[in-house]
Amino acid sequence: MSGHSTYEPKTGFERWLDTRLPILRFANDTIVTFPTPKNLNYWWTFGGVLAMMLGIQIVTGIILAMHYVPHVDYAFNSVQRIMRDVNYGWLVRYMHANGASMFFIAVYIHMFRNLYYGSYKAPREVLWILGCVIYLLMIMTAFFGYVLPWGQMSFHGAVVITNLIGALPVVGPSITTWLWGGFAVDDPTLNRFFSLHYLLPFVIAGVVGLHIWALHVPGNNNPTGVNVTSPQDTVPFHPYYTVKDGFAISLFLIMFAVFVFYLPDSLGEVVNNVPANPLQTPQHIVPEWYLLPFYAILRAVPNKLMGVILMFGSIGTLFVLPWLDTSKVRSMRYRPTARIYFFIFIFSCLVLGVCGAHAPDDLVIPGATAPQFLDANLDSYVWLSRIGALYYFAYFWLITPVLGLTETPLPAPDSISTPVLSHPAAAPAGAVSSPEKRG
Amino acid sequence: MADTVVGATPDPHVSGDDPNRRDFIHIAAGVAAVGLVGGLAWPFIDQMNPAGDTLALASIEFDLSKVVEGQQVVVKWRGKPLFVRYRTPKEIAAAIKDDHADLRDPATDESRHKPGKAQYLVLIGVCTHLGCVPTFGGGEYGGWLCPCHGSVYDTSGRIRKGPAPLNLAVPDYAFLSDSKIKVG
Repeated sequence: MSGHSTYEPKTGFERWLDTRLPILRFANDTIVTFPTPKNLNYWWTFGGVLAMMLGIQIVTGIILAMHYVPHVDYAFNSVQRIMRDVNYGWLVRYMHANGASMFFIAVYIHMFRNLYYGSYKAPREVLWILGCVIYLLMIMTAFFGYVLPWGQMSFHGAVVITNLIGALPVVGPSITTWLWGGFAVDDPTLNRFFSLHYLLPFVIAGVVGLHIWALHVPGNNNPTGVNVTSPQDTVPFHPYYTVKDGFAISLFLIMFAVFVFYLPDSLGEVVNNVPANPLQTPQHIVPEWYLLPFYAILRAVPNKLMGVILMFGSIGTLFVLPWLDTSKVRSMRYRPTARIYFFIFIFSCLVLGVCGAHAPDDLVIPGATAPQFLDANLDSYVWLSRIGALYYFAYFWLITPVLGLTETPLPAPDSISTPVLSHPAAAPAGAVSSPEKRG
Repeated sequence: MADTVVGATPDPHVSGDDPNRRDFIHIAAGVAAVGLVGGLAWPFIDQMNPAGDTLALASIEFDLSKVVEGQQVVVKWRGKPLFVRYRTPKEIAAAIKDDHADLRDPATDESRHKPGKAQYLVLIGVCTHLGCVPTFGGGEYGGWLCPCHGSVYDTSGRIRKGPAPLNLAVPDYAFLSDSKIKVG
């Protein structure tokens, strides 16, 4: 789909520029004439949403950095000043803080869409891996950013996460000290986290460039998972998908605005409005919602090193997924059995998220009497997160490889156009749902 | 327009039709997008203006008894030097004598101090050329000399020589009592 360019410079200036810097040709081939499968549904609009969210986070972040002071004595107060004194500082900060959550909502939908329609399979493995890299960078950026307001949750979150590295044998403690730049999370830590928080979004933007490049070589996957076979299977990106993405972005922005203007603190932790106190840890330490499943996996294991390995392994698994999946059929539209396991997988991720938000010893069903099993009550969240974590890993390492070999998929269509043309809605005029009659 | 066949016309702009509903929705969407970007642009620009706490510290009070005759005290006001000068009768007379001299930025000495308080001259100590701080007592008029590019001010703070275009500015201030002023 890439390679052949249909760009024709129209004016003298465009011809002049095209032989020197073919930037208009690039833009044209990328977002105007780019042939895109004609059957993409709304699950495919989240790439555009994510690009927009990255832009919003960078712009609002640069503004916040104009007013923020990365010093343990001033950081908390400088954030309060942004909220109270800086013109529209409250708006910019609420956009940035809630924007992070919106970014993760979009990226999770984008990833689940990918899993459902098998977009990670050949020839899109590199595209998928670059996406995993972006996701990993997003997690790091979000973590560094959460430390900056220097509230109680910021501080103790930083303590807990940096101590994870200390679980590594031999080198762990030295690396932790190196990360801290001292004997504990302190001013040097805050300064370097601020520096890295400013840097990483631009690294993300660079990898996004590679991600889009890697997308434009094989082109988009599509809901049927069948390869594009002829020009009749595609439409130009503009106006068909600029408008479709634009509509989805509008709806997404409405949801974003509801959070920014009406529920600005609903996704954050109240405890973070207390200035950081290294001498006292809050009662209940939790990460932001988008990291809760990984936090639950960490706590599910009663061994420090194994917990850390499994937590990183849960993300690392994603990188090798293209080679774990043995199925020749991309889209789960034609894999009814895989679909069931996939929805259980989504459910297990949500369950892990709920587990991460609760203390391990909390009871799932209050008042129920369950026996003690090994180290904990069977009714406790720690056991629920063990079941969730088990399914999470089993889905990738057991179900996905085995199912591809044993299941019987439904017959996939010969081309993208086939199911469209055989659909009742495509019947000749006079059929019940012919859209052109609606005027 | 109800008979426009939606979906059957690949290009909505064929054969110079009247603006149709698709044109309308394109324009409406464009206007909404421009409105959104414009609405966000203002907060993003305005955040760089002085913040509430900065503006809240914009005025200061000064006790004039700290200045003795023939002296100047420099205080910081809005991040800049503020000259408070207690002029001698000789300096006042010299300033009044030049009221009708050939001045670049004509102003009488009367207009540069508060009524009945000719001895107190309150000026923003920023050269009107490029912002340096003029030196007290320098230059041939006994007022100030800017060390950067040689602008010379008289004992009323009026520009007399050199590249500066305007007199040293008089800030808004008021006497709270005989010996106390509030600037800003």
